[in-house]
Amino acid sequence: MYSFKERAIKILFTILAFSSMLFLAGIVFVLFKESFPLISEIKISNFVLGTHWYPTHEPAEFGVLPLILASLWVTAGALVVCVPLGIGTALYVYELAPLKQKQILKPVIEILGGIPSIVYGFFGMLIVAPFVQNLFNIPTGLCAFTASLILGIMAIPTVASISEDALSFVPNSFKEASYALGANRWQTLTKVIIPAAASGISTSVILGMSRIVGETMTVLMVSGGAAVIPKSFFDPVRPMTSAIAAEMGEAAVGSPHYHALFAIGLILFLITLVFNAAAEMISKKYRVKLGLDR
Amino acid sequence: MSTENKARIEAVNVNFYYGAHKAIKNMSINFYDNKVTAFIGPSGCGKSTFIRLLNKMNELVPNTRVEGSIFLDGDDILDKKIDVVKIRRKVGMVFQKPNPFPKTIFQNIAYGLEINGERNKKTIADIVEQSLKKAALWNEVKDRLHDNALRLSGGQQQRLCIARCLAVEPEVILFDEPCASLDPISTSKIEDLILELKKQYTIAIVTHNMQQAARVSDYTAFMYLGELIEFGNTDKIFTVPREKKTEEYLSGKFG
Repeated sequence: MYSFKERAIKILFTILAFSSMLFLAGIVFVLFKESFPLISEIKISNFVLGTHWYPTHEPAEFGVLPLILASLWVTAGALVVCVPLGIGTALYVYELAPLKQKQILKPVIEILGGIPSIVYGFFGMLIVAPFVQNLFNIPTGLCAFTASLILGIMAIPTVASISEDALSFVPNSFKEASYALGANRWQTLTKVIIPAAASGISTSVILGMSRIVGETMTVLMVSGGAAVIPKSFFDPVRPMTSAIAAEMGEAAVGSPHYHALFAIGLILFLITLVFNAAAEMISKKYRVKLGLDR
Repeated sequence: MSTENKARIEAVNVNFYYGAHKAIKNMSINFYDNKVTAFIGPSGCGKSTFIRLLNKMNELVPNTRVEGSIFLDGDDILDKKIDVVKIRRKVGMVFQKPNPFPKTIFQNIAYGLEINGERNKKTIADIVEQSLKKAALWNEVKDRLHDNALRLSGGQQQRLCIARCLAVEPEVILFDEPCASLDPISTSKIEDLILELKKQYTIAIVTHNMQQAARVSDYTAFMYLGELIEFGNTDKIFTVPREKKTEEYLSGKFG
């Protein structure tokens, strides 16, 4: 028989634990509720496949394709930056860095991850964008290229620290077994350690992608904001998150524009949901592969 | 002590330090072909540390230092200039906990061949089969060579590790408490295997199980606090030990 105090504590913690589920349910409910009326206001095909985003024109057009493509371009560009740098950093810290360097590098990477996104935005706007503008001689430095660069840098800590964890998680006994067979450091790293950590490394990339896709403040500041289908990396673009952030304040509550912005939010939610599910599936496969599921 | 054949390995005045701690004190010992040498002694006496010197595994441990000489086929393996990879290919090792790679059974054994540059698929498949047969595992796994090795039982995993070690054709095999995590049936299979393998290899085994040392070894080395207290024929050590410490350990007075 539990005492009253113990039962009270149990109930309290149960409520706390389930509250995040409640918040999730609430958010999903609001997203659906507020985007649902769009069905009666415009044709869904015009929304998903429309190439013109003119929410304040008369008549208004809500083609979300330029925003989705902008997000995809910027994300792809950012991955080109963060994947090699993040994984390279992880491999260096794991295998090559002497202990002293490791003790400096790891906190530095964490700090990079802790910088508020608006600071990255500032940095991008005031330093990187003018530099990019001069370097490539383009009308504005606020473009997909700059956004990719800054977002890529922002995602390095996610990729690097999760990849490094995945590498460190590989049992030392695999390393010993490989060395004992006469393998050198490089063979051990590429044929034993990296394959064993591959799923963890993929997870780091997916979580990095989630961070990039969902990032708002920075892209709002450096991507240029033009809601047209991007033709080059040096065009200003308006990814989904920055469209919501920039326009929500001006959209009349209950208007088609308002509902369209919620629908964009729903798309973003679904994209990150897919990413998270993929990350979860991969890490589960990983546990099975390492024989940790028994 | 046997002097009729030349020693495969000759360790001379070996000292080993973890930082400032001297873990091996002035150790000299020989290992002979087709003989099993067992290392016994209480935990922390330096037996594992010593055999890990024989394939330079201690080099992977930071902040360590070694003095003295260990001759393998006439080369001093403690010489800084010696090729570590060459030594490790001559001196194979089976660890305390079975440590197959998270790959298939086949890939586990093929790994050692591939890193040595073997590309011929037929040759690899042949050696995989021979190695599994030598390790008395072939009949149990021949129908599932492409299953994940981590699905095998602990005893099977350890025999797979032995097969993996045999595939690179070592001269010497070091067993570091190979049965520590195994059940009695698996243990007796490994012991039979060691007796079979000694026909072809020079073997050193660290064990906490004194009956095991008595069953499998020709020579026994008793170590205490980093020192080699007594070394000799296993029969003699277990029946008429020369040193008082040895007798006390064997009769369970400490350990």
